[in-house]
Amino acid sequence: MKKEKSKSSAGVGQKILRSGVVSWIIIIAVWWLGSLAYDEYFLPSPTETASSMGTLIQNGVLGADILASFGRILKGWLLAAAVGIPLGLLVGNFKPVRWLVEPVLSFFRFVPAIALTTLFLMWFGVGEESKVALIFYASFFPIFVNTIAGVASVDKSLVEAASSMGAKKLHVFFTVVVPSAVSNIFTGVRLGLSSSITCVVAAEMLVGSDGLGYLINSSKLYYKTGWAFAGIVTLAVIGFAADRLLLVIGKHKLKHFGVK
Amino acid sequence: MYIELKNINKTFGDFKASDDVSFGIEKGKLIGLLGPSGSGKTTILRILAGLEKQDSGDIFIDGKNVNNLPANERGIGFVFQNYALFPFKTVYDNIAYGLKVQKKDKAFIKNRVSELLDLVGLPGLEKRYPDQLSGGQRQRIALARALAPEPELLLLDEPFAAIDAKVRKELRSWLRETIDKVGITSIFVTHDQDEAVEVADEIIITNKGRVEQAGNPVEIYLEPKTPFVAQFIGQSAIIENYGTLKGFTQTDSSNTAVIRPEFIEINKFEDNGVHQYESSMEDGIVDEVLFRGNAFEVKVKLNELYLTGKYDLSAPRLRRGDKVKILIKKLYTISGNQTDILLNKGLDTSDVYYI
Ligand SMILES: Nc1ncnc2c1ncn2[C@@H]1O[C@H](COP(=O)(O)OP(=O)(O)OP(=O)(O)O)[C@@H](O)[C@H]1O
Ligand SMILES: [Mg+2]
Repeated sequence: MKKEKSKSSAGVGQKILRSGVVSWIIIIAVWWLGSLAYDEYFLPSPTETASSMGTLIQNGVLGADILASFGRILKGWLLAAAVGIPLGLLVGNFKPVRWLVEPVLSFFRFVPAIALTTLFLMWFGVGEESKVALIFYASFFPIFVNTIAGVASVDKSLVEAASSMGAKKLHVFFTVVVPSAVSNIFTGVRLGLSSSITCVVAAEMLVGSDGLGYLINSSKLYYKTGWAFAGIVTLAVIGFAADRLLLVIGKHKLKHFGVK
Repeated sequence: MYIELKNINKTFGDFKASDDVSFGIEKGKLIGLLGPSGSGKTTILRILAGLEKQDSGDIFIDGKNVNNLPANERGIGFVFQNYALFPFKTVYDNIAYGLKVQKKDKAFIKNRVSELLDLVGLPGLEKRYPDQLSGGQRQRIALARALAPEPELLLLDEPFAAIDAKVRKELRSWLRETIDKVGITSIFVTHDQDEAVEVADEIIITNKGRVEQAGNPVEIYLEPKTPFVAQFIGQSAIIENYGTLKGFTQTDSSNTAVIRPEFIEINKFEDNGVHQYESSMEDGIVDEVLFRGNAFEVKVKLNELYLTGKYDLSAPRLRRGDKVKILIKKLYTISGNQTDILLNKGLDTSDVYYI
């Protein structure tokens, strides 16, 4: 009896630790202690951040900024998936094309989207287009590269099995190669989402008049450090939630495609 | 001949994986392709299936040259060593794959799939995914999938390699029955002599990319045509200078011989014991005794030579280090590419008794 009890309580302890609740309590405590030492303009406390957030929600600013940012993210990211996945499937499937593309790819991967902001502003103007284009650029690469990798790593014996059952190349491509690449594509799409979020903030901080990046950036004009914190927390929460949501859907719907 | 391979050559880099391979297979036969690792068994199957292209040589199926026919038009079923089931498809969709390719209608596919699941003894597993099956079950589904489009020829690459010994033995007799039921010409690759002998109508023995011998198991066992086959089949011992053995004289053409377990008779040495062929027997020491169910398998040391033989369960018990008398009844002599049987002279002279 005793043994069992100690064992199960250890199990519960582990569970709590792993759930991250403890980590968050520690971080918030440190944040709070730190905020005691400085004034509100330098480091707002968790409660002050919460109240800023409350104000921003009430006056509708936060909601509007979330919509603005995530509208852009969704546009750029979906566009990147719509272009990156088919293109990646094609490039991955044809070795010569892959050899042609891969060296260039590994070069461009080191050019962060932010470095292109100025150019994109020049090319696409200061409106929505340049931001969406930046997000597209940022999320395109992870999606494209992972799709190529997915196609390239398809189990050769599956392809051979399909052709020995009489399937033609195109049929094999759609029924074997593409499904085999799903798990990699999914990883790419997730990575794409997180780089879109990074990128949208940078873009909105540089130009524009709405969005979470603008909110964070403009808070300094009004000495509202609390707003910046509210924006940062919102970004983190929404980003995390979106990724989790994607993962849950993926695990549920794409389990047999190897999504873990 | 239903299937014919003629002078097939294939090199990978400068490695000759198929070296002038020729053989023929009659319709409806189950053929075992047996040979050591790297001897080119898989390569032969892959060339036959059109998954690899030979450098030279011809393949005929039912009299038709299929050299330039791609894999998807050859009508050959292939069961891969790792099963190669589609992990993202259910058992139903895996088996239905080839039928959908053939554009069969839904009702037909449904019938055929359940018919095949019955055949392989796994009815009701339609909705499972491959990762929800045991190794043996995956193997059976892979077979059902390969059979679904009704191929002319079925190729199985080490179908039981990944399955543990016990299940393996069951599966191999099951495979034989299933293939008999379907009546399809089949070739299966194996490392395992017992498997080949037990299951196959005919055995093809490969070595270093070449076909050493093809024939029915008994024939291969009794009349090995090449030194390699003589050594490879059975737990054979190889001996140089067999002329030093009692009852044998070295021939001019050959100085190497092969001794198989069933060629020798082991007797426990008794101080005052007498044996009919006493003068034709060698003295040996027991090195190892293994229990093999219906008999002991005894390894004995005869000078520098180790021989393995069977030993009766009811005979006086043998232990490591015991002295034994060994009668070598015959051996295969090897000269070049030729093997001959040489009998112990002491056994021929039936009119002479040594007491
Ligand atoms: N695609 C390839 N590229 C290079 N070498 C290859 C290739 N396929 C096979 N070989 C070589 O050809 C030889 C024969 O290979 P194969 O797979 O036919 O042997 P095997 O008899 O099936 O062996 P095992 O019993 O180990 O499966 C081996 O030495 C192997 O390394
Ligand atoms: Mg092999």
